[in-house]
Amino acid sequence: MSMLHIVNKSALDRNSLETCVNHTVKGATILMIEDGVYSAMKNTASTGMVEGAMKDVSVAVLGPDLKARGISEDKLIDGVTVVDYAGFVELTTKNDSVQSWL
Amino acid sequence: MSEVKKFLYVNRKAPYGTIYAWESLEVVLIGAAFDQDVALAFIDDGVYQLVKGQDTKEIGMKNFSPTYSALGDYDINKIYVEKESLEARGLTIDDLQHLVWEDEDEDWAEKDSIKVVSSAEMAEIMDQSEVVLSF
Repeated sequence: MSMLHIVNKSALDRNSLETCVNHTVKGATILMIEDGVYSAMKNTASTGMVEGAMKDVSVAVLGPDLKARGISEDKLIDGVTVVDYAGFVELTTKNDSVQSWL
Repeated sequence: MSEVKKFLYVNRKAPYGTIYAWESLEVVLIGAAFDQDVALAFIDDGVYQLVKGQDTKEIGMKNFSPTYSALGDYDINKIYVEKESLEARGLTIDDLQHLVWEDEDEDWAEKDSIKVVSSAEMAEIMDQSEVVLSF
């Protein structure tokens, strides 16, 4: 079973991403949307946690939400995939189930 | 006749994901009509509100970041951004909009409105404030 985990809040605002990471199994995908996209950035206090998670899960981030917040792709952690809305839909159909972390 | 008080607007949330950042700005602009001694504080995720280069076209929301640069025209020139909050987010003052105000007492010289302060300095600023509105 592959699950798509969606996180919409910043890791420095809420512990949702941390809890999510602690509940993923190998092969899962984490998609960061809305304020969650900040957690895809390099050099933050939560970067280590995300890089650690990337050993077992893939991490994607929603491009439009990055642009809205003025975050350019060169500021992202290596290996994070930027998707657009079509890519978001594809992730939901490609995975067996979806869990949204609030 | 009416006393001027020191107002502080505390911003701790990122823009767009929730309405707090926008609402805070709206209250600041409306409150400007009352001619108080206004300061704004940006702490924790609030510092993200001032990041430059916001383009909201693809998320279908209004880009309200240009409004911050209008604050100087409303005599709001004390914009405190917390250093530790920037550092925890991998940001520096160069990632933020360059906000300025024109000092009429110095021949309209353009000055910086943003002051990066430590949390200890921010605590002092908060302690000296008389009316604190949090968003």
